[in-house]
Amino acid sequence: MSVRGAAKGVKIGLEIHCQLTRLKTKLFCSCSSDYRDKDANELVCPTCFGIPGTLPVLNEKAVEFAIRIATALGCEVAGTTSFYRKNYFYPDLTKNYQISQYDKAGGVPIAAGGHVQLDKKKVRIRRIQLEEDPGKLTYEGTIEKSSYSLVDYNRAGVALVEIVTEPDFESAKEAKVFLEKLRAMVEALGVSDGELEGAMRCDANVSVAGGGRVEVKNISSFKEVEKALNYEILRQTTFSGTEPSGVNETRHWDERRSITISLRLKEGEQDYRYFPEPDLPAVALSREYVASVRRGTPEVPEARAKRYVEQYGVAKQIATELSRDEPLSRYFEETAEIAGKGPEVANWVMGDSRERIQKMLAGEGKRVPPQGLADLLRLVDQGKATRDQARRVFREMLDTGKSAEELAGNADVGVLSDEHAVEQLVDKVLKESDVAGEAKDNPKAFNYLVGQVLRAERKADPKVVARIIRKKLS
Amino acid sequence: MGKLALSVRETARRVSAGEVNLEEHVASRLERMPRMDRDVHAFLYVAKEEAIERAREIQKRANRGEKLGRLAGVSLAIKDNICVKGMPATCASRILEGFVPPYDATVIEKIRREDGIIFGKANMDEFAMGNTTTSGAFGPTRNPWDLERVAGGSSGGSAAAVAASMTMLALGSDTGGSVRCPASYCSVVGLKPTYGAVSRYGVIPYANSLEQVGPIAKRVEDVALLFEIISGLDARDSTSARRTAAKRIEGVKGLRVGLIKEFFGEGIQEGVRKNVLDASAELDDLGAHTEWTSIRSLNYALAAYYIVAMAEASSNLSRYDGVRYGASLEKGSADWNAAFSKTRTECFGTEVKRRILLGTFVLSAGYYEAYYLKAQRARSLLRAEFKRAFEDFDILLGPTMPVLPPKLGDKVTPLEDYLIDVNTVPANLVGIPSISVPAGFTGGLPVGVQLMAPHFGEETLFSVAGAYQEATA
Repeated sequence: MSVRGAAKGVKIGLEIHCQLTRLKTKLFCSCSSDYRDKDANELVCPTCFGIPGTLPVLNEKAVEFAIRIATALGCEVAGTTSFYRKNYFYPDLTKNYQISQYDKAGGVPIAAGGHVQLDKKKVRIRRIQLEEDPGKLTYEGTIEKSSYSLVDYNRAGVALVEIVTEPDFESAKEAKVFLEKLRAMVEALGVSDGELEGAMRCDANVSVAGGGRVEVKNISSFKEVEKALNYEILRQTTFSGTEPSGVNETRHWDERRSITISLRLKEGEQDYRYFPEPDLPAVALSREYVASVRRGTPEVPEARAKRYVEQYGVAKQIATELSRDEPLSRYFEETAEIAGKGPEVANWVMGDSRERIQKMLAGEGKRVPPQGLADLLRLVDQGKATRDQARRVFREMLDTGKSAEELAGNADVGVLSDEHAVEQLVDKVLKESDVAGEAKDNPKAFNYLVGQVLRAERKADPKVVARIIRKKLS
Repeated sequence: MGKLALSVRETARRVSAGEVNLEEHVASRLERMPRMDRDVHAFLYVAKEEAIERAREIQKRANRGEKLGRLAGVSLAIKDNICVKGMPATCASRILEGFVPPYDATVIEKIRREDGIIFGKANMDEFAMGNTTTSGAFGPTRNPWDLERVAGGSSGGSAAAVAASMTMLALGSDTGGSVRCPASYCSVVGLKPTYGAVSRYGVIPYANSLEQVGPIAKRVEDVALLFEIISGLDARDSTSARRTAAKRIEGVKGLRVGLIKEFFGEGIQEGVRKNVLDASAELDDLGAHTEWTSIRSLNYALAAYYIVAMAEASSNLSRYDGVRYGASLEKGSADWNAAFSKTRTECFGTEVKRRILLGTFVLSAGYYEAYYLKAQRARSLLRAEFKRAFEDFDILLGPTMPVLPPKLGDKVTPLEDYLIDVNTVPANLVGIPSISVPAGFTGGLPVGVQLMAPHFGEETLFSVAGAYQEATA
């Protein structure tokens, strides 16, 4: 697709629906919200099935989770928030209205404002609101050709947080980067398992300079977002005249065919006849309550990376990568607290041993506590082991569960820093090597020589070896 | 109290003491029920088997000397918009034909816990929209005092069942007067509780922000007892409230009574005016001080009420589409939109469709501010004015209905029909309790007097209405 990144005047706004999968129960009843791989219509009760006379009761944990998201996105949490009914007929709604929130006609969503920092730009968040998920329709074949549809209400009433951005994206790529960031965020916040199928869904409003606003619905995964948006940008920019242009329209992303299909023209906004939900009184969110939720909110990767740079002096790039892995971050912090050497510990956990540590944290092999790693680093510090040796010792620690001290007693471990002994080794290597001549100006050859010496004597201190080679060559 | 039937308390005592053969008594009552109810048609469903089974079980426990509940062996009629597990709940609408709720409303659980016996489901206006109990899909209820006349509505079946002594107690629901209107027309006592005092869980809604379940009985003390039983905070209804201790006024001595001028204005029938003024004179004789007062924003009440009620109704009634329960005329249709429309067009009655249309209109973009929001502002105004009035008066008084029960088949326009709710809707808009008590007869037809108290002032209403009833019975 040649227009990628080239189209001018592209404006994209996203509406993300994120299921609060960590809630366990639905938004307004106590049915399980774990509907995946269940038989159809198994997880329903009179309330989420819309049986007459039932009433919604707000899941308080959902409010807490929404506030966590608001906190991470830097949104302002409302002092009082209210629920509204969004009225429309559709077979996947058990009541033919959805209990949602609204930012007009006196309605106050749970949070508004805020932003997310991408590499080069700020994406503004318009609002965050709580609402219930509808059920799920299944079509025979495709949506246009099916002669009937089946409906499964297991998903009906599952708690969703809707996050609406301003139209701040200028390319599909930016949108995708944002969404990935958002997914990592909700996972770190402990509110959603974003990678579950359908846990995070996205509608996009796309317009290209001068054209109408097109809403693309039914984008089922983030993988599809970039494809759908690129297709839509291409369609709008290279528009051939066989389809209406410059009008507001709703289109459907057909994943199988990788195209968008017009569902309806938006001549006027669809009228949802919003009005305050009379079965749910407005919810007062006191400052104390919001503050207590904020205190209990897990740190998101972005904030954590920032803290690692400021608090531990870790390089920004390493901090960013490290903070994305929550268990590894925890291990890093605990070790750094004991060893007191942030950058070094960060290099260690993000270096060659990273995978081994990750496996260990996932429960594989013997456990080396942060104290164990700190002890090992101290040996290096005290000149009792080389870094190379330490890596080897660490592997052994992971295999055997023995301490650094124990393993350091091994004959292989120790540092030969006796200048005279090292000099003899260096002389021998220089005499036998053919690259000695060019090593003075060629770092590669120089490092090769150091390596040769270390191969001959594993205990030799690399720093001392390098110094002596340099001296000999000059 | 010679003229009044046995009280609920006394009945429950006798049943508990084993002085009654309950099973036989209930069986014979229900045996005669079809004949008793042939003309009045208070019931849509008579729960004969369930009631006899229940009586047998209560009798057994009485025989074992177990302590029984406060409604032991007492018969009840339940309005058909209140869910009773295993009994149909149609709301007198074809659209809910065949629907049997899988659960008990909170008020029903509470009644069962007190050993009450549910005799059946009472007739009503379709989805509680009306004041005659003639709009339902299964035939009208007639007034036991004059079979040519309506029983009032929408809880007409409930009030008629009590008036005709088919049950001792009944539950209705009151959205804009639906308990008090039939209570007035049938000469029984009916209470519209403070909004939030009684759980709405299990009550099929017409207009959620206005309605409450209300008890109906011949005696004020029985209404008070049933209210005591069904009220209270319910975790399943977020709009329910713990009853706060309102200032309780004992007896009538020194009571400040406000006679609402607007309730005696245009359209009131002479006989009604006379009886209600006699009632206020009676309270004065008992030691009260009655004074005229005016609540100007009452002029907006009727319009505000119908806008809010219809708006909420249009949304509440959306769920009846034939997919999940109730009537479904186009099963397996390819076009769900057409299927929904067919079921809804054919299975809703005229009045229900009128209110859905009007409600849809007032919520539409561009009209929402002009109607719905304005109605909510009128509601706030009314609330404020009632609050001020209750600084001067302990209770407010007026006729429940401005007219006597109309004849069945009287031709009235929808507007004329809506207008006679003028005295009952304010209590729903404001959320305060209101009770209708029989105030004698005029030309052989019952008149009801309405008393209103501040929020959670039910005890005051019971005390005053009880004293009045005792003095006049």
